[in-house]
Amino acid sequence: MSRVTLDCQRLLCPMPVIRVQDKALQMHPGEEIEAICTDPGALNDIPAWSRINGHEVLETRAENDLYYVVVRIGEG
Amino acid sequence: MSKQRKAVALISGGLDSLLAVRVMQEQGIYVEGINFFTGFCVEGHTHAIRKKDRKKPKRNNALWCAEQLGIKLHILDIIEEYKEVLFNPKYGYGANLNPCLDCKIFMVKKAKEWMEAHDFDFIITGEVIGQRPMSQRKDTMPVVQRDSGVTDRLLRPLCAKNLPQTLPEREGWVKRDELYDFSGRTRKPQMALAKKFGFEDYAQPAGGCCFLTDKQYAVKLTDLWQSRGAREYELDDIMLLKVGRHIRPAPNYKLIVAREEGEGNFLQGYKRQYSQLRVTSHGGPLTLIDGELSSEDLQLAARIVARYSQGRMEPEVEMEFIDTSGHVQPMKVVPLGPMDVKSEWML
Repeated sequence: MSRVTLDCQRLLCPMPVIRVQDKALQMHPGEEIEAICTDPGALNDIPAWSRINGHEVLETRAENDLYYVVVRIGEG
Repeated sequence: MSKQRKAVALISGGLDSLLAVRVMQEQGIYVEGINFFTGFCVEGHTHAIRKKDRKKPKRNNALWCAEQLGIKLHILDIIEEYKEVLFNPKYGYGANLNPCLDCKIFMVKKAKEWMEAHDFDFIITGEVIGQRPMSQRKDTMPVVQRDSGVTDRLLRPLCAKNLPQTLPEREGWVKRDELYDFSGRTRKPQMALAKKFGFEDYAQPAGGCCFLTDKQYAVKLTDLWQSRGAREYELDDIMLLKVGRHIRPAPNYKLIVAREEGEGNFLQGYKRQYSQLRVTSHGGPLTLIDGELSSEDLQLAARIVARYSQGRMEPEVEMEFIDTSGHVQPMKVVPLGPMDVKSEWML
C-alpha cells in the first residue's frame, strides 16, 4: 500500500489540514498520508477533517515535539 | 421525485453559520461547508504557540461545527489571493485594517466559483442584518450579492425574512416561512434557536475571528509595511506578528522577544531566516532580529533583551548573537534600566 509523507513542520493549523486535504485530492482510496507536524492542534484537526470527509485515521502519536497523523484515503 | 437541492455554506466556526446550516438541513437541503484561511484568522494559532494555553482544549471550530452538523468541510487556502483584498479594498477599512465588506464579497465570490464547479444550487451564510458594522448592514448586504455576482443565489437563513426573496425561496427549494427574521447585535434569538436544535457547546463570539480587526495587530502590520517600504507580506511575516513583543528601537531593525517558553520554541523555528539573541548567563527570552544592525545597534538590542531576562537587575548579562549561518558571537552587556526602554519603541 502506498504511503506519502507530508512535512507540515512549522505550519500552524489549519495549514497542516489544508496540506493533507489538497494531497488527498490527488490520491486514491486506500492510499495513505503521514503528516509530520509541530503544531499539536494537528492531532485534533486532521482527525476531525478525516472523519467528516470519510477518511480513516490509522494512527496519531507524539514523539520529541513532533506530531504524526496517518490517514487512509476513503471512498468519498 | 424532486431533485435534491444542494447548498454550500460559509462556515466560520461560530454559532450563526452553525445555525444557518441546521435551518437548511431541517428543510431537507444537502449542505457542504467551506471555510477560508486568509492567514489572519485568529482560530487556533495563539493556542498552538503559547505554552500556557496548551492545557486548553484545542479544536478548529469550523471543523468542529461541520462534525456537529454531519457535513463535509473544505478549507480553502486564499492567502495569496487575499492580498489584493487587503491592499486595495474598494469599500475601505473598518476601525483598523479590516476590509470587512470587500472580504465578504471576495469570500462569496469564491464560494460561487466553488458552487458552480461542484454543481451546487445556492450559497448560504449565517449573516444577520445589523450584526456587523460594515458587511452585515441592510444597505451593504445587497452590495455583497451584486459585487460577488452571486445575485439571488445567496440565502441568509437567519435573517431572510427581512430581505427580498431569493431564488431558492422563489423556486420552492426552501420555505420562506420556515426561515428567520433576526436582526441587530443581540445574540438572544440565536441562543434560543441553538437551544431548540440541542446545541449546547458552541464557539462564543469574542470580538471577531480576524486579526485585522485588532488594533495592536494593525499597528504591527503597518510598521512591517513601513519598514519594508512596500505593502507586502508572506505567511511567515503575518504569523510572526501574532507572536512575542515587537520592539523597534530604530527604523532599520526590529526585535521579536518571546514572552514565554512556547513562543521561544516557535521563534526558534525561524533561526535560518533571522539572527537571534540568546541570554546565556540567566534565564531569558529568545529574541529574533528583523533587519540589519550596526555594532551600536547590536549593543542596544542586547541591552534591551537583557532587560527582559532574569538578569535584569545584575550589573552584567552574558548572551550570544547568532547569525543566520549559525555563527555565534558572545557578548556581555549591561541591562537597560526600566526607564530606558522607550514606550515609542513598543509596537
